[in-house]
Order: sequence, then C-alpha cells, then structure tokens
Amino acid sequence: MWAAFIRRAIMQGIPLLYGSTGEILTEKSGNLNLGIPGIMYVGGIGGVIGAFLYEQHASTLNPLLAVLIPLLCSMLGSLLMGLLYCFLTVTMRANQNVTGLAMTTFGVGVGNFYGGSLAKLAGSDVPSINLTATSSYFRASLPFAEKLGWFGEIFLSHSFLAYLAIIMALVSSFFLVKTHSGLRLRAVGESPATADAAGVNVARYKYFATCIGSVIAGLGGLYYVMDYANGVWSNDGFGDRGWLAIALVIFAVWKPNYSILGSILFGGLYIVHNYIPNLDVSGQELFKMLPYVVTILFLIVTSIGKKREAQPPASLGLPYFREDR
Amino acid sequence: MAKVEHKVKEPLIHIVKRSRITIWKAWLIRIAAVALALVVSGIVAYLVTSENPLRIYAVIIDGTFGTSRRFWGMLQNLAMLLCVSLGVTPAFRMRFWNIGAEGQVLIGGLACAACMILFGDKLPNAVLILVMIIASLAAGAIWAFIPAFFRANWNTNETLFTLMMNYIAIQLVSFFTYKWSVPKGSGQIGVINRTTHAGWLPVIAGKNHLLNIIIVLVLTLVLYVYLWYSRQGYEIAVVGESENTARYIGLSVKKVILRTMLISGAVCGLTGLLLVAGTDHTISRETAAGRGFTAIMVAWLAKFNPLVMLLTSFLIAFLEKGSTEISTTFGLNESFSDIITGIIIFFIIGSEFFIQYQLKFREKEEK
Repeated sequence: MWAAFIRRAIMQGIPLLYGSTGEILTEKSGNLNLGIPGIMYVGGIGGVIGAFLYEQHASTLNPLLAVLIPLLCSMLGSLLMGLLYCFLTVTMRANQNVTGLAMTTFGVGVGNFYGGSLAKLAGSDVPSINLTATSSYFRASLPFAEKLGWFGEIFLSHSFLAYLAIIMALVSSFFLVKTHSGLRLRAVGESPATADAAGVNVARYKYFATCIGSVIAGLGGLYYVMDYANGVWSNDGFGDRGWLAIALVIFAVWKPNYSILGSILFGGLYIVHNYIPNLDVSGQELFKMLPYVVTILFLIVTSIGKKREAQPPASLGLPYFREDR
Repeated sequence: MAKVEHKVKEPLIHIVKRSRITIWKAWLIRIAAVALALVVSGIVAYLVTSENPLRIYAVIIDGTFGTSRRFWGMLQNLAMLLCVSLGVTPAFRMRFWNIGAEGQVLIGGLACAACMILFGDKLPNAVLILVMIIASLAAGAIWAFIPAFFRANWNTNETLFTLMMNYIAIQLVSFFTYKWSVPKGSGQIGVINRTTHAGWLPVIAGKNHLLNIIIVLVLTLVLYVYLWYSRQGYEIAVVGESENTARYIGLSVKKVILRTMLISGAVCGLTGLLLVAGTDHTISRETAAGRGFTAIMVAWLAKFNPLVMLLTSFLIAFLEKGSTEISTTFGLNESFSDIITGIIIFFIIGSEFFIQYQLKFREKEEK
C-alpha cells in the first residue's frame, strides 16, 4: 500500500513539478507570472487538440507522431501565452499581477471552451473528450518495472513525461547555479538596473526565461491530461493545481531541485485523504487545504528567519524601465 | 592620424515617458482600446460561430438590455463585482497586493451562512441580521488581517500569502457545505431557511436586488470620500507612494497597513453577506465565482478611483452578460465569456502603455 501511495503521490506531483520549475525560471527573471494556471490549461488543451485532430485524420496511429504532435501543439500553445505575457509586461510595462490574472481567466476559458467544443464535435453527451489511444502511447513505461516489486512500482513505472519533469528540474537547477547565463538571469531578477549597467540585455533575459518557463509549465498540463487522466479531458478537471504549483515555488525556496521532493510531498498531501481510514467527505475537504497551510507556514517561517537564500527575487513583480531609475 | 568617427545607430523607435497627458486624451486612448477589443472579440466570435458580426453585437447588447429581468441581473452582477473591487481598493492604493479577495468574500459569506443556519430559529429576525452583519464583516477582516500582520511585522510577501489564503477559505467552505448539507451527504446546502426566510435581507420596492445595489452605491461614495478627503485616506496614499517617506513624516506604517487591511477585508466580507443573505440564500465554493480576481482588474483599470469603478465594473459586467448570451444563443460553451473578457482586458492593459509613454520615431537624417 505504501508503494502505491508514493506512486500516486509522484503522479500528482509531476504536474506541480513542471509548473513550479517553469515558474521558478520565470520568477528568477523578476516576473511574477500569475498566469501559470491558465498557461497549464492551454498546454493541456493544446495537446488535446493536437491528439484529437491526429486521431480523427489518421487511419492508423504512428506511435512517434501520436506523441510528437500533441507535444508540439502543447508547447506551441504555452509558448504563445508566454509571449503574450512578456509582450504586455516587458515591452508594454503593464502591471504583472493584473496581466497574470487576466491570462489565467483567458487560459482557463480557452481550455474549457475548446474542451467543450471538441466534445461536441466528437458527439459526446458530457463535456469530456476521450483520447485513450494517444494516451496509451504517452503512458508507455518500462516493461520490466512490474517485475521489480515495490522498487519498480515507485521508481520505474512512470511514463517518459514524468522522468522528463525531473530532468527539467535538475537541468534548470544546474543552469541557474552553475552557468554564466544563469547568473545573469538571477541578476536580472534581483536588480535589473545593476544587470543593465553590467551590460546584460534585461528585456531579452526576461523574454527567454518567461517563455521557456511557460513552455515547461504547459507540459504539466499535458502530463495531467495524457497521463494522469488517461487521455480524458474534462472541463475544470485540472482544478487548482496551477496555484498549487505557485505555492510549491515558495516551498522549494526558488530552487528547482528542491521542488522535486516538494512536488512529491505536495502530491502526497493532495491525496492523503484517500488513505486515511474512516474519514468522511467533509473531513477530506479539510485535508485538501494541507498544501496551502504548509506553504503559508513556510512563507511565515522564512520571512521571520530572514534567511537570504529563502527570499523571493528582490525585484519580483516590479517592471523595469531604464529611464525610471 | 585621422579621427575615426563611430556612427551610433539610432533605433527606429524610441520610448519616452510622457510628462503629462490631458484627461480627455487619456480617455480617448482607453475608449479606442475598448473599441478595438470589441472588434477583435467580434472577429473571434465570427470565426467560432460564422454568424453575421453585426448580429453578434446585437446579441451582446440584447443580453443586457433585452428584458428588464436581464438588465436587473446585470445590475446585480455589477453591484457585487463593484463591491469586491471597492474592497481591494484601499489595499491597492497602499500598494499592498491583496489578491485574497476571493477568500475574504467566501469567508464572510460562510460566517453569514453559519449565523443563518445556527441561529435561524433562535433569534428574532432583526437581531439575527445584526449578528450576521457583524460576523461577516469580522470574518472578512480577520482573513485580511492575518497576511497584513505578517507583512507589517516581518515583510512577508503579501501577494503569495493572500493568494494561498483563498484556497484555505474555499476548502473551509467545502468542509461546511458537507457538514451542513441538505439532504445529508449531497454536498449542497440548498436554500437556507426556505420557509421562514430568517436572515434574508429584506426586498425593497418589490425588486429582488435593489437593496444590494443601493448599499453598494452608498459604499462607493463613502469610500471615495474616505480615500480622497480623509486624513486616513491620505496616509494610505503616502504609504503607497513610499514607506520611507511615511516613516519620515512620522506615520506608523505598521498601523496604516493593519488598519487598511481590516477595512479592505471587512468590505470583502460585506460582499459575502450580500451574496449569501441578499442574493443566493445559500453558500457553495462557487459563491464568489472568481469575482475576487476580476475585481482586481476592475479596480486597476479604474486607477483605484471608486467613482471610475462604476464605469469599469459596468464594462466587465456588461461584457460577461453579453458573451454569456452569445454562448447560449449560438450554442457555444459558456467559457466563451472568459475568453472575451480576457481579450478586452489585454487590450485595456496594453492601452495604459500609450497613456504613460510616447513612441518617437527616428527622424530623417539631414544630408
């Protein structure tokens, strides 16, 4: 049972891991992108649209294309959202919170609208779409995982997108701490004026970090639909996971490698109510607030402790305009 | 040796901050942005429905002004949205990013519903309503006070804190909807005090939502006067402009933050009361319906001026109603209205750029 619980926790955690890795990269550039929940919806529906069109048009599915087309569609969708956010906040210097919230409204709207419309096209009565064929390719896992007992169940039974999430987090960590560009990116987030004076192209770093961050976050939406939900898109099914990903950023103190373990913990907290005996429905609802409570406590502790490594980037949420200095 | 002259390449477009802009010019830009946004939304709606674009606009207008019932429905939505926007405004004028309005509204509504359920048959109606008012205002204020307390003392990031508080409020409401659900286990409370109407706000002049609308209108004026003409309103503005300046002139920044957030939360709690006791007579996770987030955009678009918010909340309420009408008339998914709202807000956000900055093109070089 423990192995099954941890496995489910990891599966719950992967979308959060994608979201938080993307958001960490974004926030390190000083952009507080509250549009992440919307972007993850767009990433999810992008994959669904790609898979739907491919399943409708191809007589037999080619495994490679069946994975590649939804993947690219998903990435394209979230890239466009990232570009929109950057255009408004960096080029047009709009308020980040307002832009982000508008993007979340918009993104969730796009997801649910196309989800509902495709369901209608597919002739289904309920607002959900079933892409089991495509999903089966996404969910392909190592064949010998089952034979290795609990070890296989916990570590080896996942699909490639899950491992990709962990690789992405590790690579992002490496990038931020060990590379020159990572250093410059952190400088942009801490003090754009200083970075600018040192010859760093602030706008370019903000654009790249935010757009790449969006694409990574969007993959979380794709994982959720294709993997976790077995290829069934249902409207509002993704729920509040986008906000949970933003919470995870705080919990991981802006370090992607910490968010790997953090995501499993959050995933576990998210589903722990299913594993507690004799819990009634109302009690389950109380348990679902755990990740948020933990995040708040953490936020309080780190701010009272004033540990410098645990603080948000100094210019988080502020626009930068050279002539304003 | 001849001096080599480096030719500096001048970029095609320069961005220059405007020193000042006349008010009518600023509004002209905003109106142009809304018009442009409506054109784009019309095109999007046309692409989705292939209907005559003019008919689409007719449907939007019909959605609000078609019948008196629809018009009152829009006014009620407007009033509720405006009330939350008024709630977030004092905080925002202080540059305190309270994005927890959704939770503050819900917790106010929950406190109100709790009073209606627990004391519905024990207290006389007038006393009950008084208790409900106190409970909702206090609940909203407490919910806003918690992040403010940590922000004032330890500079805890308020944007993230208030955001997280939303979900705790949502789950609390979920918890109690299961606890109090009628019938048991259905997860829905249903209409509270259906037969006795205990704790329902009175209906005036036979119009269901008139009382809500009047309360919100009065509140708009009160907050305008408070923020623009009172000493405390001035203190809020000073703290928003620069905390150091505020300290320098002898203000207690901590006190201003705490007091302002108590007011902000109490107004949000009041919205919860109006929604539960004055409108729905029930509570669910969906009671606030995302207004806590939409309100931030409404308040921001109005530059945190309560009187201008009348206009911006009308714009958003009108568009939501109109695009909902489009989706029902043309058989689209109801999420269509979120897309349209998003597009409009993107355009207005973009237009602020042209109000604050000016584009200067490279002048032709003289030969």
